[in-house]
Amino acid sequence: MRKGLLISLLAVSVFFSFGCSKGQIVNISGSTSVEPLSQELAAAFMAKHPKITVNVAAGGSSAGIKAAREGASDIGASSRDLKPTETGLNKFVIAYDGIAVIINKDNPVANLSVDQVKAIYEGTITNWSELGGHNAQIVVVDRDAASGTRGAFVEMVMDNNDTIIKTAIVQDGGGGVRNTVAGNPAAIGYISIASVDNTIRALKINGIEATIANVANKTYPIFRPFIYVTKNAPVGAVKQFIDFVLSAEGQKIVEASGLVPVK
Amino acid sequence: MKSRRSRKFIEWALLGSTWLALPALLLIIIFIFLGALPAFESVGLGALLTGEEWRPTKELYGLLPSVLGTLMVTGIALVIVFPVGLGLALFLTEAAPAWGARLIRRALELLAGIPSVVYGFFGIIVLVPVLRQLFGGSGFSAVTGGVVLAIMVLPTMVTLSEDALRAVPSEYRAGSLALGATHWQTVTRVVLPSAIPGISAGLVLAMGRAIGETMAMIMVVGNITGMPTSLFGPVRTLTGNIAIEMKYATGIHQSTLYAAGVFLLVTIIILNLILNSLFRRREARQ
Repeated sequence: MRKGLLISLLAVSVFFSFGCSKGQIVNISGSTSVEPLSQELAAAFMAKHPKITVNVAAGGSSAGIKAAREGASDIGASSRDLKPTETGLNKFVIAYDGIAVIINKDNPVANLSVDQVKAIYEGTITNWSELGGHNAQIVVVDRDAASGTRGAFVEMVMDNNDTIIKTAIVQDGGGGVRNTVAGNPAAIGYISIASVDNTIRALKINGIEATIANVANKTYPIFRPFIYVTKNAPVGAVKQFIDFVLSAEGQKIVEASGLVPVK
Repeated sequence: MKSRRSRKFIEWALLGSTWLALPALLLIIIFIFLGALPAFESVGLGALLTGEEWRPTKELYGLLPSVLGTLMVTGIALVIVFPVGLGLALFLTEAAPAWGARLIRRALELLAGIPSVVYGFFGIIVLVPVLRQLFGGSGFSAVTGGVVLAIMVLPTMVTLSEDALRAVPSEYRAGSLALGATHWQTVTRVVLPSAIPGISAGLVLAMGRAIGETMAMIMVVGNITGMPTSLFGPVRTLTGNIAIEMKYATGIHQSTLYAAGVFLLVTIIILNLILNSLFRRREARQ
């Protein structure tokens, strides 16, 4: 009995080491926002290259960049641009995503400038009446501190300085932000343009509608890159994968995911 | 001979389960403290405990808002559940007709079986809009959390109080009535005081569950990063703080979340001691 177990264990380990030596593995880790896209890309890539396995894990943009730097992952995925402190990495922009500023459907306000959005999130504008809306205290809805969407929002709206008021309601996902805004006539929040639906309304920013087309033509001001980073210049399977992502075929998958292709 | 051997076997089995449970508890405590050590070293216990802002992006790791938030929602829940739970238990043991008591008990069992995320959902859909109408603001508040928690822990409070009330020997009751006391006097002066240890156990267990509740709290308390401003304003709980950020956090940030776990553990122990000593003093006075 015990002998049988030992033999089967041995067989399994031989099988796995054999599998490893035969195929190559590309490990991707990082942003939860980029993860669904990476999964799609990995599936399409593996269908074309059966000998290469692409593993995708999500743990946040900062963690992904750190993993790439330390060599724990082949590729780090991030839903915000690199910070000045994150140096010595090869960066590949694989897609663009817009961030929509959303309000309740009963709120008559239609357009805000980036500066007005910043003032709301800093707490200098606190009532919708100051913006031509009803007389109601603005309920500011924010994301958790390590969210890539929040990182990009702070970078592009708050001038890269995290001065968002301490009394902001924090939701731990884009869906939570959307539900909160949908249920509160005085709330304001921000989510990926791809997540906008008819339960809420996306504001025009500087007079530009929040659509993927306007992100693509660079008129909508709040957008962010989805990036892959590697420690060294990519070679072998990693290079093959990144080349695939940036190819016409890979970029078609980007577009199908509701994001803006880079080419 | 055979019965002695089987008794020995049962004793060993019981000892074995004790030895399984204790190391598990010890391991958890050691694990949390080791994880929190870097935070205590580089941020400092004082800064963690008295810091009034939680902002990992600016390396501000104040846990005071979360500690206060946890105390607020738990306090509100206990203030609601103690009279309601005890009242319901008294009604079940003293006044309710048998069919009514059975119905209420079934309902409570159902209440105990509902997953916490459903309570959170109920809070968002029903309580948050109501509190927004009544008190303005966002509707996400310590009171919203407290009310949701009170409903969640009600079955624990009622069941244990009821057991305690039923465990009072019927001779006490009979003796009191025989001396000419009314039913009401018997209940308040004889039955209730004798049941206090069991009732206090119910309250302590209810409190433990209230402090530990995570999902429903994240959904209804608003999770702000600064100090709570009022009972009707949003707060953040220690459990929510850990759950929201653990999946992303690295380095010191992650370690501060372990520190939040340590605070949670210490808070539970302190509250347990306070409640226990309160009830023990009452008992001694009787």
